[in-house]
Amino acid sequence: MTTIPRKGRLKIFLGYAPGVGKTYQMLDEGEELRRKGMDVVIGYFEPHGRKDTIAKTEGMEFIPRRNVEYRGAILEEMDLAGILRRKSQVCLVDELAHTNVPGSEQAKRWEDVQMLLDAGINVLTSLNVQHLESLNDQIWQMTGVRVRETLPDWVVDQADEIVVVDVTPRALRHRLERGVVYSHDKAEKALENFFTEQNLCALRGVAMRYVAHEIEEKLLVEEAHKSATESSAHADHEAALRKERLLICIDERPSAAMLIRRGRRVADYLRADCIAVYVSPDAGLAHLSQDERDAVEKHLGFARNLRIDTNVIEGRDVAVTLVQFARAHQATQILMGRSASNGGKRRRGGSTLQRVVRLAQDIEITIVAERRR
Amino acid sequence: MRAPRPTPEELLRRVEAEEEQARRGRLKILLGYASRVGKSFRMLDEGRRRKQRGQDVVIGSIQAKLGPDVERMVETLEIIPGLKVRIDGKDDEVLDVVSILRRNPQVCLVDELAHDNPPGGRHPKRWQDVKELLDNGITVVTAVNLQHIAEHQDAVEKITGKRALQTVPEAFIRAADEIVIVDAPPEALQQREPGSAANTRRLSELRELALLLVAEVVDDQLQQSLESRGVSTFLGSQERILVCITPRSNTKRMLDSGHRIAERFHCDFLAVYVRQKGLGEADESQVESHLKLARELGAQVNILAATDPAAAILEFARAQAVTQVFVGHSLRKRWRELLFDNPVDRLIQSAENMDLRIFPHPDPALEPQFEPHREPDFQSGPRRASS
Repeated sequence: MTTIPRKGRLKIFLGYAPGVGKTYQMLDEGEELRRKGMDVVIGYFEPHGRKDTIAKTEGMEFIPRRNVEYRGAILEEMDLAGILRRKSQVCLVDELAHTNVPGSEQAKRWEDVQMLLDAGINVLTSLNVQHLESLNDQIWQMTGVRVRETLPDWVVDQADEIVVVDVTPRALRHRLERGVVYSHDKAEKALENFFTEQNLCALRGVAMRYVAHEIEEKLLVEEAHKSATESSAHADHEAALRKERLLICIDERPSAAMLIRRGRRVADYLRADCIAVYVSPDAGLAHLSQDERDAVEKHLGFARNLRIDTNVIEGRDVAVTLVQFARAHQATQILMGRSASNGGKRRRGGSTLQRVVRLAQDIEITIVAERRR
Repeated sequence: MRAPRPTPEELLRRVEAEEEQARRGRLKILLGYASRVGKSFRMLDEGRRRKQRGQDVVIGSIQAKLGPDVERMVETLEIIPGLKVRIDGKDDEVLDVVSILRRNPQVCLVDELAHDNPPGGRHPKRWQDVKELLDNGITVVTAVNLQHIAEHQDAVEKITGKRALQTVPEAFIRAADEIVIVDAPPEALQQREPGSAANTRRLSELRELALLLVAEVVDDQLQQSLESRGVSTFLGSQERILVCITPRSNTKRMLDSGHRIAERFHCDFLAVYVRQKGLGEADESQVESHLKLARELGAQVNILAATDPAAAILEFARAQAVTQVFVGHSLRKRWRELLFDNPVDRLIQSAENMDLRIFPHPDPALEPQFEPHREPDFQSGPRRASS
């Protein structure tokens, strides 16, 4: 007897750069599943003019893309409704980190994929490591490239399978030189900028460590499950004892995004709760300019997107208000940016940061560096 | 940061090394974490693609048992058959080094790098055969599994309970010009051969080891390539944690936390102690036990002598490319010192490009009460006989 799974399985082909062969391997697997008699369709495929890859799609069923009008141009996007109607067993979706054309039902392709999974469709998809939100700052530091299209790590955490698609940087650069990945003029620029041997090596190391870490996480979670079922009361007790709670203190400065990402990452490895808070000296952010208010709203939205609870609290003395909030919410760690140590209103008794450090001697405080290149 | 200009001798050595490298064939290794991940397929696929691009490719050795996909690929390539030998009633095949050298192809594909040759042959081990091919300018593409790397045998045995008999030294793997991981999720291996949950778990553990091994090799290669271009900046994909030891801070908790992160993230873990004059006996012995604990937990322990602890720590952290510094909350009591001369504050102000994590005290009684009667000190400082 077989039961119909309520939710589709997600399999991610992860590479360290464009051109390593993710799409090719994804199509290869799709073909194999089809040979085994499964009902497979291509939901979205980005050919990039790569001949080998295009040849791979021969004989496969495509769900036609839908046209979207945006600022007078006709653009093509994945037809989510069409795929849901077709309801195949397996759907192939290229480039998980893609941002949909404004006005689409959902802002991001990973959100579309989420709906496919909810509908019980198994999804094979491709992703480059630089799109992971938690690695954004590190990758910028290593390569000088600030990746704009990102996706929250939890999307990848929930994948049933991740496969590393690996080639050596040398082989990848040869592919570029031969014009396999991009057209020749575009390839030349790419080789000088992003695809330097140094960048590729660094990204490759990051990708392997990331997947190794994901594997270890899964093993640990399984272990915890096992011991929880074995001695549930004991495990609950221990979990309660060790539960940490992080408090991220954000401000209107651009560096807050870095702080939120760092906080998410720390919370993930501590398996801690995570809350973000903005302390406003006046009601309704009245002390801020419109731009600054927008910046705060953006940061709060970004935090929520990474599944961090957000709060705006009021208090004339930012440091005191923050520490009181931390105590009331039993925070075990406060994360602040270094920028809180300068600028803004200086008070007697030092900067906000200095005062928080002094007031909260019973709480761990992490001052997150504004990393520079 | 730039390294000093190389001396003429150093330049000559580099040129000679490069020329030597150019004469040698290139070694490319496909590493799998277990059997059946598809290494042979990848190796032959690479041979096929190289041949399409006009390279002269031969097969030096290939496994006897192959799937139909692989068989088809073998047929498109020239094979130099191995030498058949019969040892103790078992058939074995040895790489025919002499014939390969005579044929002198650009690229030779060699499966099962860890194979042991029967006694009386040219070399006891297949990897030594491969080395001879490389020395003669032939590029070798080869495949090996994690359990066959000598230095990883113990770790693999711990996971699987089995020990591979045939091995390759890790140094040979690390010296490869290129290394590629052939990855597949454990679930995929088990589709071909259904296994238990315990088996999936074992495979996952092996997979993690293999990924970390390749990540290390990749980081090393990056470092070497930077150094060869005279760049001495540390640019790995790694975190580096530094714990600052003082007599009365909650050093145990800092070390435990640092150790845990280092374990989980496979990153570097350092501890530093700035020697202070005039410590009482109790504090001295605290420091000694902290240092001992740090060593036990695998930290690289450093003891510095300096009059300005904050400056010394910062300088050390910068030189060591530290990314996170752990310190204890300052125990300064007087507001004036709290404001103007507090080492933790100075770290906060100057520790750029690294995170600073400040830990609470172990003993609430030691927390500052803002009473104006204590001597200024660093962290907890010298304990007075009266207190």
